[in-house]
Order: sequence, then structure tokens, then C-alpha cells
Amino acid sequence: MSEFTWQTVCKVSDINKNTGVCALHNGEQVAIFKVGNDDQLFALQNFEPFGEANVLSRGIVGDVDGQLVVASPLYKQQYSLESGKCLEDESVILQTYMVRQQDGQVQLKV
Amino acid sequence: MGVSPQIQEKQKIIVVGNGMVGHKYIETLIEHPDYANFQIITFSEEPRLAYDRVQLSAYFDGKTEQDLMMTSEDYYDEHGVQYIIKDKVSNIDKTAKTITTESGRVESYDKLILATGSFPFVPPIPGKDQEHCLVYRTIEDLENIKASASQSKVGVVVGGGLLGLECAKALHSLNLESHVVEFAPRLMAVQLDEGGGELLRTKIEDLGVTVHTEKNTTEIVAGEECRYRMNFADGTFVETDMIVFSAGIRPQDELARAFDIEIGPRGGIVIDDNCVTSDEDIYAIGECALWDGKIFGLVAPGYTMAKAAVSHLTGGDVQFKGADMSTKLKLMGVDVASIGDAHARTEGALTYTYINEAEGVYKRLIVSEDTTTLLGAVLVGDTEAYGTLLPMMLEKMELPEAPEVLILPAIDGESGGALGVNALPDSAQICSCHDVSKGDIIEAVQGGCSDVGGLKSCTKAGTGCGGCVTMMGQVLNAELEKMGVEVNNNICEHFEYSRQELFDIIRAKKIKTFDELLEQYGSGHGCMTCKPAVGSMLATYWNEYILSDDHIQLQDTNDIFLANMQKDGTYSVVPRVPAGEIKPKDLIVLGQIGEKYNLYTKITGGVRIDFFGAQLHELPLIWSELVEAGFETGHAYGKSLRTVKSCVGSTWCRFGMLDSVSMAVKLEMRYKGLRAPHKVKMGVSGCTRECAEAQGKDIGVIATDKGWNLYVCGNGGMKPRHADLFASDLDDETLVKYIDRVLMFYTRTADRLQRTSTWMDNMEGGLDYLKSVVIDDKLNIGAELEADMERVVDTYECEWKKTLNSPERLKRFAHFINSDATDDRLAYEADRGQQRARIAAPEVRAAKAKGEEIKAVEV
Ligand code: SRM
Ligand SMILES: Cc1cc2nc3c(=O)[nH]c(=O)nc-3n(C[C@H](O)[C@H](O)[C@H](O)COP(=O)(O)OP(=O)(O)OC[C@H]3O[C@@H](n4cnc5c(N)ncnc54)[C@H](O)[C@@H]3O)c2cc1C
Ligand code: SF4
Ligand code: FES
Repeated sequence: MSEFTWQTVCKVSDINKNTGVCALHNGEQVAIFKVGNDDQLFALQNFEPFGEANVLSRGIVGDVDGQLVVASPLYKQQYSLESGKCLEDESVILQTYMVRQQDGQVQLKV
Repeated sequence: MGVSPQIQEKQKIIVVGNGMVGHKYIETLIEHPDYANFQIITFSEEPRLAYDRVQLSAYFDGKTEQDLMMTSEDYYDEHGVQYIIKDKVSNIDKTAKTITTESGRVESYDKLILATGSFPFVPPIPGKDQEHCLVYRTIEDLENIKASASQSKVGVVVGGGLLGLECAKALHSLNLESHVVEFAPRLMAVQLDEGGGELLRTKIEDLGVTVHTEKNTTEIVAGEECRYRMNFADGTFVETDMIVFSAGIRPQDELARAFDIEIGPRGGIVIDDNCVTSDEDIYAIGECALWDGKIFGLVAPGYTMAKAAVSHLTGGDVQFKGADMSTKLKLMGVDVASIGDAHARTEGALTYTYINEAEGVYKRLIVSEDTTTLLGAVLVGDTEAYGTLLPMMLEKMELPEAPEVLILPAIDGESGGALGVNALPDSAQICSCHDVSKGDIIEAVQGGCSDVGGLKSCTKAGTGCGGCVTMMGQVLNAELEKMGVEVNNNICEHFEYSRQELFDIIRAKKIKTFDELLEQYGSGHGCMTCKPAVGSMLATYWNEYILSDDHIQLQDTNDIFLANMQKDGTYSVVPRVPAGEIKPKDLIVLGQIGEKYNLYTKITGGVRIDFFGAQLHELPLIWSELVEAGFETGHAYGKSLRTVKSCVGSTWCRFGMLDSVSMAVKLEMRYKGLRAPHKVKMGVSGCTRECAEAQGKDIGVIATDKGWNLYVCGNGGMKPRHADLFASDLDDETLVKYIDRVLMFYTRTADRLQRTSTWMDNMEGGLDYLKSVVIDDKLNIGAELEADMERVVDTYECEWKKTLNSPERLKRFAHFINSDATDDRLAYEADRGQQRARIAAPEVRAAKAKGEEIKAVEV
């Protein structure tokens, strides 16, 4: 993994379990979610294409048929946290970002 | 009358009488594909179009004339039906085929439909025509009864049949000392056997109505204690201030009598299976008609006649073949049902009887000699079996080997042997009021209806007397199950429980967090359905801070930031203004805050002030100023109490009966913060003019000269529903007690996102059941419900105040976790004088408002 450059965004403890935050990353808005007891991290674009607003980080996290998802806070479309794919409309796929934990910090790949 | 010169293609139909059945005829014809070939004129002697006579007594419970209407002038206009009210048809010329009315109007017809109903029979007792001797049939009669009751202390109903008892109940609820005088040896002699009649009598007397049986009134004379004295043939007497005669009905056949249309020896217009009278161009339908020597005094057979008559007119083959007169009803709170041959008159009939004196239950089955088929039944005190027994009798279904299981009580949760709805054929009638069969319901379910409320609106089943609702629910569930729809009403894939079951688990197991509940009773991570639902239940029961570490992940779009998200991701801010009462200085503070943060400001439909366009990071800033000035959160974002709208009430208004503002403030302060399955709104009006529109609210309170009237389960919004009158003339304490109980029972038993109106529409037993739980404490949970509410009230905290005091929580109120920058997609625009106010605008307008192109985010 050393060939990547990682940028620290915040502390892991800054994110409440099973919720998201929004980070400004290279001029882009990135939604970062912390899920489950093992603090898994996921990152997606914050822009929610159906509601056309930068709000995805504020959605509810959960799972549908075993697939981890976040629901848009505006009109409730659900997106896979892993692939960014929209469950209600397969043609919509959100940008995903690489994210990791390092020494209690949340880091996004530059 | 000149005959019009143009070719008359349309057949002219005259319907005499616009009662329940006359209207049904018109409605059925309108819905017929060939309706274009007909022109309808209808005459009503009453001053209004058809109304629901079956529900007439509800008029005493607060239903208005408008609530009872079955049709409207608009509906008739829209379909080209001519209607003439307050004009009686007085003459028929069968040769010229014309009718004449009392006002002198003449109309010709091709077909004449007599739907003149019946009139109350008043026995020829000397003294019967005095001022306070009344009958019970029309809205005007009810108004007269009301007026007379207000000048009376004692009231007597002559007649202990169905209508008589209903009337006695009305007198009782008008606070009269009430008596029923019956000629026969028992009540409801037509429908009940001796045992059933006896039990009914005991129950009714327990309620405070005196029953006199085997009394033959000989005269009505002036009384000593009261206005009148009724002397009986046996030498006894009773004194009373008013008398209502309800001693049976007589068919209104005067037109037939006068103009030589055949009538029966004891009255009634003779009809055949097509409802045609002795004149082939004249039909008779409803209570005025005599078929096979019988008059049918219920509405359902009348409806079937209306359909048969339309069918005959339009070349169809639906006929009237008699009707079953089984009935199920609640009389003064007592459940009573009678099916088929209740008196065991069939040759060789055998009976099974179950009597439970402790609980006041009487059930009797009448079966054929070989015990294979059901002939009839009488049920008093517990009529649950009606739904299964009626189709068994009608369809001649085979009885279980030991028929008594059908009426024995359930032991250890077993179903008491009653056969499930699956055993019924599709032709079985479920709703007799609207003639809806099991097959019709199944069709509706397959067409997409998935709850009782939906079935009511698409099949009309259950919207008459309401007796069939339980049965409808069973057919619905059975059908959904067959369709593979899980009827388990599990809340979602993560919990195999309904919302109600989850609530019971949370209460019984004292569960305090979602994770605990998920671990012990669920699976997976949860989702956008179960999380907010469980969040709401935990909040109702424990009332903990909803943004605590444990609960924050459960909160939906608005709750999670304690503000309502707008279309562009900004928020609105609504402080609480209890009852709409606000000090001028507080208005100034609000004005200053709106200006300072450039917020678009407007007054809401809920009588308070709303600021729009606040960005996430501004919420704490705005709220700290509001809290500083003494405002609290208005929970505009919560599935919780919103507003208690109040009128100005007796402190200012010259009509106010009580201080509605004080009561509204009290209610708003009590229930603020209560989280519920859906939002809850209330209203308090100072008098019957109802300026606060309380009857459109979940909880409505209206002052009377004797106290508060409480209305429940009203709704504006998508499908307006008038609230039901729940209790009258309450003092403050009882009012609050009832509201506590209703609301807590609602939070426990409603589905997620179910407003009180749909909760009520889907409740088995409906309003009466809710009353029995709340007022009579039938489930013995009243004290518990009150205690639960008390805990919510005691633990109230303003969520915004609490959040402002928590630096940890405030961190989340920033657009970026790693930057002070803000969202760059927001638009600013001036609109009607609100300079630079923020407007949630679509992208193009947003770009224009900002005067720059917005960078599209690459996907
Ligand atoms: C001030 C206000 C109550 C309040 O504090 O909220 C109010 C006060 C009165 N209303 Fe109202 N109504 C008020 C909103 C309403 C509403 C709600 C609404 O419009 O949003 C209604 C129900 C909706 C409606 O219009 O029906 C309402 C339905 C009535 C009625 C019943 C009208 C009806 O058709 O049934 C009356 C009685 C009447 O017809 O005169 C009435 C009559 C009155 C009168 C004028 C009583 C009278 O005849 O003198 C009250 C004046 C009291 C006084 O002395 O100041 N007021 N009134 C409300 C003034 C709102 C406003 O913008 O001025
Ligand atoms: C208090 C009460 C409770 C009831 N409860 C139930 C119940 O629970 N279940 C049930 O099945 N049934 C019940 N009924 C009976 C039910 O209301 C009747 O069966 C039904 O209304 C009959 O309909 P109809 O159209 O034949 O007569 P109506 O509804 O009486 O209509 C006849 C109309 O014709 C008008 N009219 C008569 N002559 C003329 C004329 N010459 N010209 C113009 N107009 C004329 C009358 O004024 C009247 O408006 C109840 C009745 C009452 C009074
Ligand atoms: S409801 Fe009655 S008391 Fe209240 S403002 Fe209206 S008229 Fe006055
Ligand atoms: S049987 Fe009366 S409403 Fe269905």
C-alpha cells in the first residue's frame, strides 16, 4: 500500500458509529461512513444525484439482503457502501473512494 | 304541458323518495354502462338529499348533517340527475304516465320508481298527539327530540325493539332518566329468544335504563311529578316529560293505495322478483315494498332491490330473492346478534346453549335435527362468532362434529373451534350492508388493496354498520398469505416482529438501545425502516436524548440534526410557540434573528414562525440565540407533538365558553417532546364555532357550557378525516387523563408512520373499542398508560438546549469535518422583499442567483 499517498481527514472517534461525516478532499465532497462494531470505513461522493444536493453523509446506514447501504436523506434511494451502486436504479453508480484507518485516524487516498 | 318537439331518445325515470334506497337506485343506474340512455328526476319530501339513516343516532354523538349525507347536489349535477327537494309527490296518473307534486309540478315518466320508505307506527293511544310525543326517523325528528330533551328530565321510549333501544340510548346520553316500555314479554322480541332477551334486559338496566315489559299503554294524561303520565292496562303507570314512539314501522304506500296499485292486506306495495308492481311501468323498492308477503326493515335488502330494479330496466338478470335478516349490533354498549331461525321454529330443531353469568354472555346455536347444518343463533355479550356463524347458516356449510365448539370460549389460546375464513366459499357475503362477497374482497386484494382502510374505500365493505370489519380483516390476511405476501407484518427484514410486538418487547424486557434489541431479537445491521421506528419507540418509552451515542444512528433525516432538511440540504428552524400565544418582545427577537441570518421567514399553517435556509453550521448559532431568548425546540422535525392550535377563547372572544388558550398551552407543554408513530397535532376551540379547527386534528378539544368535548383521530392533509367525538363535557382532569391514555395506547399499538386517523380506520371495533379501553379500562392498562405518559412529561428536556451544552455533539454541525468551508451549491435570491433570503432553488436558478456557473460533480 505504500505506493499510495494518504491524507488524514479526522479521528476515527470523530465519527459516531453507523453514521457519516462529509470531508473536503481535493476540492471534492466525500461522505465517509463508519459501520459496525469493528469500525469499518466506507467513502462515497457526498453529492446525491436524485435530490441534487450535497447531503449523502447525513443518511441512515443499514443493510439490505446482507449488503451494506446508506439511504439518501432526501428521497431515500439506497446506495451500496462498497460499490456505490444505487439499489433502486442500477444505472446510477456513485463515485467511491479508498479510505483506511491509521493510528486512530481516518485517511483518504489522494 | 306541451310535449317537447325534439325526439325524446332518453327514457325518463322518476324516483319518488330520495332516501337510502332511492339514492342507491340512482347511483346504480349512473354507474351502469347504458346510463346515457336515461334521464333521472328524483323527488324528496325531506329538505335534503339522501342521508345515512342507519347512522342517524350518531347525530346525537356529534356527527353533523353533513357527515351523514350519502350524496351531494354536485354529484347529481355532474351526472345530469334532476332533483327536487321539499316537494312531495301527491298524484300518479298511470294512463298519462305523469306525476304531480304538492307544489303543483307535473312530470311525465317512462318508468316510475317508488322508494318512499316507511313511517313510524304510533299506536292509537289517546293523548299521543301532544307536544312532547315524538317519533324517530328523520334528522328533523332528532332535532325535535333534542329540543324536547333540553326541557325534560324523564323520557320514555315506547317499543323495545332495535330502534327503540337505540333511541333509549340517545335519551340516556342526553342525560334523561330513561325508560323503555315494551308490549311483548322481552326486549328485541323479533330477533332474540327468551334467554338472550333476558340477559340484554339485565345489561341495559345495569346501565341505568328502566325496562318495563308486558305493558300496554291505555292513555297519556297530565302527570303529577312530570309533564305526562302513561297509564298501563295492568293498572300501573309511569310518569315522564317526553315520549318517543318507536313501536315499529309501516310501509309508506299511500300513493299506491290512492292510485290503485296493488298493496298487501296489511300494507306494502306488492312487487315481484324484478321489483315491478301491479303496473308494469311502476317499480317499488326499499321499505315500502312487499315481497312474498314480507316487508324488509333493513337497508341491505333495499339495496338488493335497487340493483334488481336497475337490472330489470337495463335488460339484466339480477333479481330480488328475499333477504337474510340476521343482525349484529351494539346496543348501549352491549353486543347483540341474531342469525336465521333464532326462535328454533324449524321442525325438529335442536339447540346448544352456553351461559356465562359472571361475564354476561349468552350464546345459543339452533341446528338441524341431524346436527349437520346451522339454522340460527343468538349471541348476547360476545358476538365474535357472528362472522363465522352467519356464512355457515347462509351457505349451509357442514358443521363440525361437536357443534358446541362454535360457541364455547377459547381455552389456552385455542380458537374455540370456529372455522377459519378459508372454509367459506367465494360467494359468501361478508358485508351485508353493501352486499360485498368474499370473492369481491379477494378481487380487491388481488388488485392491490393491502389493508382494511383500503378495502373500505374500494369495496365500500365495512362502511355501513361496521359489523363486518373483523371478518374483512380475516379474509384480507388469508388472501395476502395465499398471494405469498407475508402477512406477518414484520417491520422489516431485520426483525420478525411487528411494530406493536417490538414495543411490547422493549417494555417487557426493559430494552434501552437498538443494538441490544437487534442482538437479542433481530439480525443484520438494521435499515432506514426499523432504525427510526425503534428510535421512536425507545424515545416514547425511555425519553432519552435522541442524539446520544446509542441513539444517534437511528435518527432519520430531520431528527439527526434536530431540523427539517430542505431540498438543497439546508434546514428550517421552528421554535415552539405554545398555542400560538406570543409576546411582542419575542416577536421582535424572532425578527432580529431572521434578519441577522438572512433567513427566509414565513408563518406556518400551524400558527408559528418558520425560518428557512439555515446551513448546518448555522443551526447551533441560531438556536443559541433562540434558547437565550427563552424559546424551545418546536419539534417540527419530529414524529412527535407538533402544535396545539388554539382560538383566542373566552378571555377575549364574546362567544368563548372556556379559556381555550390556557388549555392549549397546558396541553402543548404537557405533550411536547412525546415521540409517537407519526406526528401528532391538536387543537382547542373555545366554542362550537371551532375557530381552531380542532375536529381536523389528532386530538381536538372544544369547550361547551358544561366542560370540554374531546374529539380523536381527525386529520387534515392528504385524506382529511373528521375527528370522532370521544367524550363530552369533561373537566380538565378527566380530559387530560383521557388524552394521556389515547395517546399512549396509540404509541403502543399503531404501525410505524400511521397517523391516528388510519390507526382508527384500521382498528378492530373502532371508536367503541377505543372508548372501552380508555374510558372503561377494559384491558386494565389505564393506570399503566398514564404512568408511561407521566414519565415522558417528567423527563422532558429541550433537545436543542441539551445539544448546545454538548461540545462533542456540536462537532457534527459542520458541513465538512475537516474544513470550515461551506457547501458551494446553495443559492441566494431576493423574493417579494425578503432581501438576500436564501431560497432552495433548482440548479439552474441557483447558478443564476449566484451569478456563476456551478461546477458539476463528476460521477
Ligand atoms: C381570531 C380567530 C381565532 C383565533 O384566535 O385564532 C377567529 C375569531 C373569530 N371567528 Fe373564526 N377566527 C379565526 C379563524 C377561524 C378559522 C381558522 C382559519 O380560517 O384558518 C375558522 C375555520 C375555518 C372556516 O373559515 O370555517 C374559523 C371559523 C369561524 C366560524 C365558523 C364559520 C363556518 O362557516 O362554520 C365563525 C362563526 C361565523 O360564521 O360567524 C367564526 C367567527 C369568528 C368570530 C368573528 C366570532 C364572531 O362571530 O364574532 C371570532 C371573533 C372573535 C373576536 O371577538 O375577536 N369563525 N375561524 C381567527 C382569526 C383568523 C384570522 O386570520 O383573522
Ligand atoms: C334510527 C334508525 C336506525 C336504523 N338502523 C338500521 C341498521 O342498523 N341497519 C339497517 O339495515 N337498517 C337500519 N335502519 C333502517 C334503514 O334506515 C331503512 O331500512 C332504510 O332507510 C330504508 O331506505 P328507503 O329508501 O326504503 O327509505 P327511507 O330511507 O325512509 O327513504 C324514503 C324517502 O322517501 C321520502 N318520501 C316518502 N314519500 C314521498 C313522496 N310521496 N314524495 C317524495 N318523497 C317521499 C321520505 O321522506 C324519505 O326521505 C334504521 C332506521 C332508523 C330510523
Ligand atoms: S371558537 Fe368560539 S370562542 Fe374561539 S374564537 Fe371562535 S367564536 Fe370565539
Ligand atoms: S355488514 Fe354493515 S358495514 Fe358491512
